[in-house]
Amino acid sequence: MARNVSTRRKLLTTAAAWTIGILIFFPILWTFLTSFKTEAQAIASPPAFLFFDWTVQNYFEVQSRSDYFKHFMNSVVISFGSTLLGLMIAVPSAWAMAFAPTKRTKDVLMWMLSTKMMPPVGVLVPLYLMFRNTGLLDTRVGLVLVLMLINLPIIIWMLYTYFKEIPGEILEAARMDGASLAKEIIYVLTPMAIPGIASTFLLNIILAWNEAFWTLNLSAARAAPLTAFIASYSSPEGLFYAKLSAASTMAIAPILILGWFSQKQLVRGLTFGAVK
Amino acid sequence: MSLRTFLLGTCSAVVMAGMAQAETLTIATVNNGDMIRMQKLADDFTSKNPDIDLEWVTLEENVLRQRVTTDIATKGGQYDVMTIGTYEVPIWAKQDWLLPLDNLGADYDVDDLLPAIRSGLTVDGKLYAAPFYGESSMVMYRKDLFEKAGLTMPDAPTWEFIADAARKITDKSNEIYGICLRGKAGWGENMAFLTATANSFGARWFDENWQPQFDQPEWKNALDFYVKLMNDAGPPGASSNGFNENLSLFQTGKCGMWIDATVAASFVTNPDESTVADKVGFALAPDTGLGKRGNWLWAWSLAIPAGSQKADAAQKFIAWATGKDYLKLVAEKEGWANVPPGTRKSLYENPEYQKAAPFAAMTLESINSADPKNPTVKPVPYVGVQFVAIPEFQGIGTAVGQQFSAALAGQVSVDQALANAQQLTTREMTRAGYIK
Repeated sequence: MARNVSTRRKLLTTAAAWTIGILIFFPILWTFLTSFKTEAQAIASPPAFLFFDWTVQNYFEVQSRSDYFKHFMNSVVISFGSTLLGLMIAVPSAWAMAFAPTKRTKDVLMWMLSTKMMPPVGVLVPLYLMFRNTGLLDTRVGLVLVLMLINLPIIIWMLYTYFKEIPGEILEAARMDGASLAKEIIYVLTPMAIPGIASTFLLNIILAWNEAFWTLNLSAARAAPLTAFIASYSSPEGLFYAKLSAASTMAIAPILILGWFSQKQLVRGLTFGAVK
Repeated sequence: MSLRTFLLGTCSAVVMAGMAQAETLTIATVNNGDMIRMQKLADDFTSKNPDIDLEWVTLEENVLRQRVTTDIATKGGQYDVMTIGTYEVPIWAKQDWLLPLDNLGADYDVDDLLPAIRSGLTVDGKLYAAPFYGESSMVMYRKDLFEKAGLTMPDAPTWEFIADAARKITDKSNEIYGICLRGKAGWGENMAFLTATANSFGARWFDENWQPQFDQPEWKNALDFYVKLMNDAGPPGASSNGFNENLSLFQTGKCGMWIDATVAASFVTNPDESTVADKVGFALAPDTGLGKRGNWLWAWSLAIPAGSQKADAAQKFIAWATGKDYLKLVAEKEGWANVPPGTRKSLYENPEYQKAAPFAAMTLESINSADPKNPTVKPVPYVGVQFVAIPEFQGIGTAVGQQFSAALAGQVSVDQALANAQQLTTREMTRAGYIK
């Protein structure tokens, strides 16, 4: 039951929420605005907020210098590929741990998470050598594999907490009715877990889309995704903030739109299990 | 798209790929104006060499360094031409990571390269990288502010004059600061400036036996001078200012003087970007009368990693990009002011270039006065003006840079920062085996 809350308090919390929201969103808004300025306006002090000569010149220059579409397609293939592959492995393993736990299940879960505790640069050289020897350097397949591997622990953990919420009795009932393991997972578990799988899917797309360490280090020209596209516009000598902002806006726009449309799913997935 | 069209498209793509026997060179470059221009003009190369295709990987300097180092150390073979600096060339050449450039063609004219630059890229008499553009550092100053304060900038100022002028020009209530210098920690940020400055104060990183020299009075003089000057006449928060921050301050009219890379000259005099474009003068980096000036030397250069299978095509490309004809091509298409500077004597003898680039003479003199093989007043065992060309320097230089940045921010005293620098450098050099 809802508590009685005074109007004053409501106002305060609303104001606080908006302040925090705007603070977090401001850098993105600023990047967006800067992308329409000239280089001189981009560094002007005091900065112009809205009243400047809007120009799309930066976008044309960025497009003429680098092939946005190629990088975009690489990003799509890598993020969707790695997430789908990850789900294919994670769904059965999360099922096993949620519904057929053994004495060691908790340890296995912890062990999986422990792989995320090492800074990635620590395994850069060994992985680079493996990629070189298998010819995976600068290929989409290689990046799909490595991103799938680094995100797999998160996918499994998310799915595991989801599956835990589903009463095991329903699965048992299905088994009693003679459903095979595959049928049980596909026809009984999956439909119930769709919201969880969907939010795991979305979150991992975002993680893979924004991943900038491996995608930069294991790609060169052919498989370079949008992270490499942005990186090619940052410069320690020379102020090209407007062009960098245009490149960044182009790179984050697709994922921002995807996130916007699937907001409901995301919030639901992330807070699932918080209320029992 | 139906499945059939898709399959048809795939088949024809495969056939086309099989027909074209072109060799593809992958070229790694940094993101700066001159390199981007080269990318635009590369059609000239591919039209002359239809059997060679070019693919570009452009990255920010530090990302590129990490990326390229990983590839070359593991012989990954991802790149056929790499853009590297004067710091990497001597180290990598000694490791046999680079191929010597001995086949650049008859009309390349190696002797036309500026001697200071060429010597920084030569190891055991062999050229391991060809300079694409070279830079030194110099003083950029506001002629209007100097006039107002009744000062005249000499062509070759001393540090004493610079400090005095900086204090006179400073007008903090109007946000005018006498001097903007680098303070952001990093071996390529504040330590590039401070190492070059320390050279002019007679200091050196190491003595002939690789003993760190931060406990010597020369370093104390240099760092003391820098911190006091910046406290009196520098902008607030200078300990987080690097090249870009100072460029922005100077372009918006907040600095009386700025000592930094010669390449900045073309930015601060560009009316599209700079509010002070017509008011900038140039002078040599300052000295203290000991025979060395506080200017550095850097050349972005093209080299071929030892793992490349396409060395012949790569040499052809390098000869094109760093040859005399390329300078003419840029001049023709974009004007003489945009020609990559600091690599060839013939460019500075060209009257058209002298006319188009008012900073040409000062740039040349700055480059010529830097000597990477003999950078300091007292003898040293290392190569490099604003760096020490040993693999350990990136780590040590950045750690020392953090100490000096903290001294500028007032978090530690100058003495403490020097003591810490001495201690950490000694530790790392002992660990690396230089000090027995």
